[in-house]
Amino acid sequence: MGINKHENSKDAPKPVGKFAQTFISLYEVFSFIGRFFKEAFLPPYEFKELMRQCYEIGYRSALLISTTGFITGLVFTKQSRPSLSEFGATSWLPSLVGIALLRTLAPLLTGLIAAGKVGSSIGAELGSMKVSEQIDAMEVSATNPFKFLVTTRVLAATITMPILTFYTAMVGMLGALLNVSVNEGTSATTFFQSALESITFLDIIASTFKAILFGFTIAVVGCYQGYNSSKGTEGVGKAANSSVVTAMFLIFIEEVVCVQIFSLFNT
Amino acid sequence: MVQKENIHTDAEKVIEINGLYKAFGSYQVLENASLDLYKGENLVVLGKSGTGKSVLIKIIVGLLRPDSGLVKVLDHIVDEISYEELLALRLRVGFSFQNSALYDSMTVKENLEFPLVRNRRDMGKSDVNALVEEMLDAVGLSQTINQMPSELSGGQRKRIGIARTLMLKPEIMLYDEPTAGLDPITSKEINKLINTVQERYHTSAIVITHDLTCAKETGNRVAMLVERSFERQGSFEQIFNTGDPQAQPFFDYNFIQ
Repeated sequence: MGINKHENSKDAPKPVGKFAQTFISLYEVFSFIGRFFKEAFLPPYEFKELMRQCYEIGYRSALLISTTGFITGLVFTKQSRPSLSEFGATSWLPSLVGIALLRTLAPLLTGLIAAGKVGSSIGAELGSMKVSEQIDAMEVSATNPFKFLVTTRVLAATITMPILTFYTAMVGMLGALLNVSVNEGTSATTFFQSALESITFLDIIASTFKAILFGFTIAVVGCYQGYNSSKGTEGVGKAANSSVVTAMFLIFIEEVVCVQIFSLFNT
Repeated sequence: MVQKENIHTDAEKVIEINGLYKAFGSYQVLENASLDLYKGENLVVLGKSGTGKSVLIKIIVGLLRPDSGLVKVLDHIVDEISYEELLALRLRVGFSFQNSALYDSMTVKENLEFPLVRNRRDMGKSDVNALVEEMLDAVGLSQTINQMPSELSGGQRKRIGIARTLMLKPEIMLYDEPTAGLDPITSKEINKLINTVQERYHTSAIVITHDLTCAKETGNRVAMLVERSFERQGSFEQIFNTGDPQAQPFFDYNFIQ
């Protein structure tokens, strides 16, 4: 129903302990996620808004991701060289950088940058729409604001993140290539041949899975915080802030879990 | 200032509120409140700030749920219908927000199109464009069609908000503080627009306000919210000359006297 449960005295939560409150919050989050899946599959579909959000999310993060990815690739190569050169194994640099970037650095970096850029922006935007009654205005004009605002953003972030992740990996490789060609005189063909040879299909699957998971997490957290922000400008600030903090924390947790799961397949 | 005539109360009821209770925690906002809106009339709900006037119309459109009591809108009991039925009912009830609530990432045209393209999917682009132009013309702001809400003045935002609400051709209009924060001249224009909407689109309306000029100019009937219920209802003059010690202070401090 389009009824704000927290403003309803009948449904207003009774004072409960912190432990119970945690479970109530968890229930609310899972209900929110459940509603997303329901709305995502049921017509009508908001294709135009979905495309706009994909463009916004990609465009918003592209410059920062390019810069960070390039620098990470370059610095990672530079820092790894001394250890490898001790064993005369600097020729392994391309494959080391390739695996590191694809397996962990690219998904994690992209996730963290998107949490900062996209997550905060979603939290603040929806929070401000809530405060200025724009979400209520959609409700009363017989439009489902959840479908228009939340479903499109979550889908867009989930679709865009894998693309951004592979883009980061590619830009990071370019940074590594620059360092390797200056120091070892390695050609681009040799570098990419060596780097790609060591990458397995499982690496690509794992990276894609993590990117999808991170994108979904960032958008769900941002939308949840914004959509449920309390009234007032302070609420908007809180929504933006907690979107970033919560999403970053969850990304690290998910990274650890994913590494454990995919290492089982590797063995 | 011309005072409007009372519509006969034997007309059809489009909104029926009976024994309505609403509280936020321990704060009781509405208590045994009863109110009827008759077809074709503009009913002004007067009352001090924070007395629950906006809560009342939010309950009418299902944005808030009553604790108890009957809220019947166009023969539908709001609290008992499904979400799909509620959405269908909302197509027939327009809601003009106090702060206009224009979508600030969209142009004026996109704001007006928004409810239409999602609820009248059978309408062609040319029909939608024609309706946008008609509504902008009705509120006298055709020139703002490609502007962003941030480029509009307070009065213009209010009028665009009303135009957006009219896009779905509602039978009932709910105005939440339509003249709040506006200068007297712009307020007068808004009052005139409310009357134009009533005449041109044959709407019934509830106008929530604490502005006596607005109440006198737009209302066929006035209901005063005092002590959480509508004890006093009638023509503007009847309410204004109430002599009631609870209601009188509200009028004593108004410039109209």
